[in-house]
Amino acid sequence: MGNPSLVTIENLRFERDDTTVVSCDQLCLDVGDILQIEGPNGSGKTTLLRLLTTALQPLEGSILYCGKSIAECRLEYLSDILFIGHQSAVKLTLTAEENLAWMAPSGLDFSSVLKALESLGLAGYTDIPCYKLSAGQQRRVALARLLVSDARIWYLDEPFTAIDRDGVKLLERCMKEHVSSGGAVVVSTHQNLDVQGVRHYPVLGGSSLRACP
Amino acid sequence: MKKYANNGFYAYLRRDLRLSHRRLGEAASPLIFFVMVTTLVPLGITPDPASLSVMASGIIWVFALLATMLSANGLFSGDYQDGSLEQLLISPQVLVMPVLGKITAHWLVVGLPLTIVSPLLGLMLSLPEAGYLPLMASLALGTACLSLLGAVGAALTVSLQKGGILLALVVMPLYMPVIIFGGATVQYGIDGLAWTGPLAILGAMLAATVALCPLAIAGVLRLTSIN
Repeated sequence: MGNPSLVTIENLRFERDDTTVVSCDQLCLDVGDILQIEGPNGSGKTTLLRLLTTALQPLEGSILYCGKSIAECRLEYLSDILFIGHQSAVKLTLTAEENLAWMAPSGLDFSSVLKALESLGLAGYTDIPCYKLSAGQQRRVALARLLVSDARIWYLDEPFTAIDRDGVKLLERCMKEHVSSGGAVVVSTHQNLDVQGVRHYPVLGGSSLRACP
Repeated sequence: MKKYANNGFYAYLRRDLRLSHRRLGEAASPLIFFVMVTTLVPLGITPDPASLSVMASGIIWVFALLATMLSANGLFSGDYQDGSLEQLLISPQVLVMPVLGKITAHWLVVGLPLTIVSPLLGLMLSLPEAGYLPLMASLALGTACLSLLGAVGAALTVSLQKGGILLALVVMPLYMPVIIFGGATVQYGIDGLAWTGPLAILGAMLAATVALCPLAIAGVLRLTSIN
């Protein structure tokens, strides 16, 4: 047995109104992994991701971070994850720069915020309120957090929504760079990722599956 | 070099103040409501200064309470809808400080302006001269209590689409001690008694709510997010 995986799921189960929404026997996420969660609408992709971010509490089972239960090392775990969900947490009345600034980790300087926004194609849009931006641009503001965060584990729920083709390529490149520098990505999407070595994890609501090698 | 300090309290205080600043109309609506309904009292009841001066302190306090309560609804609902509340819940920090930052911003936007305009309304309602200082002092402390208690109600009803009336039912009993001692402070001042007594009790209430409400809110927000 080598080093424990970055994140391990064991016998995770979550119910809503007496129906099993997520059931996951075993799932490991190691450094360098890109794990794509796939499944039809309503199959529990978002629920699985929200369980992983501790926004939801599982009914049974546990999530381990570096071999320790996340209940024991909650703050450590939370400072090592970054979650971008369906609701992008972008405040429409704030500018792109202000949005990124309050979500970014402490001690970040102004120039790196601007750089992150510029590399996502938002140069020239950083100081206007986000309600004046298009849906795709608002999405890019949310995704710019990826570039300023130092979290190792990325949980991305449908990150490609409203993003154009160039944006998809850009995001794929970000993911590649992230995993090659010691990170890991869990992404739920219906698109085929153009990234080598993506592991696929199908979710099918209540039925349980194994995805550990 | 401009750096960002994201230590919970100030980050959320500054963000919420900035959000209010961008939507001034919405942010000023509790104040406008407060001034408008108080103006209607002399028209609707009696313009007679002698009768008005008896009721003035009570009227101002009741409407200040209503204005604060109506605005408490929006404390967490915006964050809940756009997903920033979820981000707050999974951020690696103690929830209490950001929550306190948000409530402080709410008081600065609602409670403080109410306190500042209250002497004007006192003038309009023929409040006896000795009542002005107690009125402002009691409103300053009292509206802070009301913001904190209202935030508990707002946290409890955040996941409901129409939590407005439920919020009122939840917080109304909690608001009663505040209005009793707030009204008493002004009345003591008018009667020439030592009004610092009831004011001190308001201060004690504020100390208790500052200590306890953010804890309760943090717990409640965690519970609502789980479902």
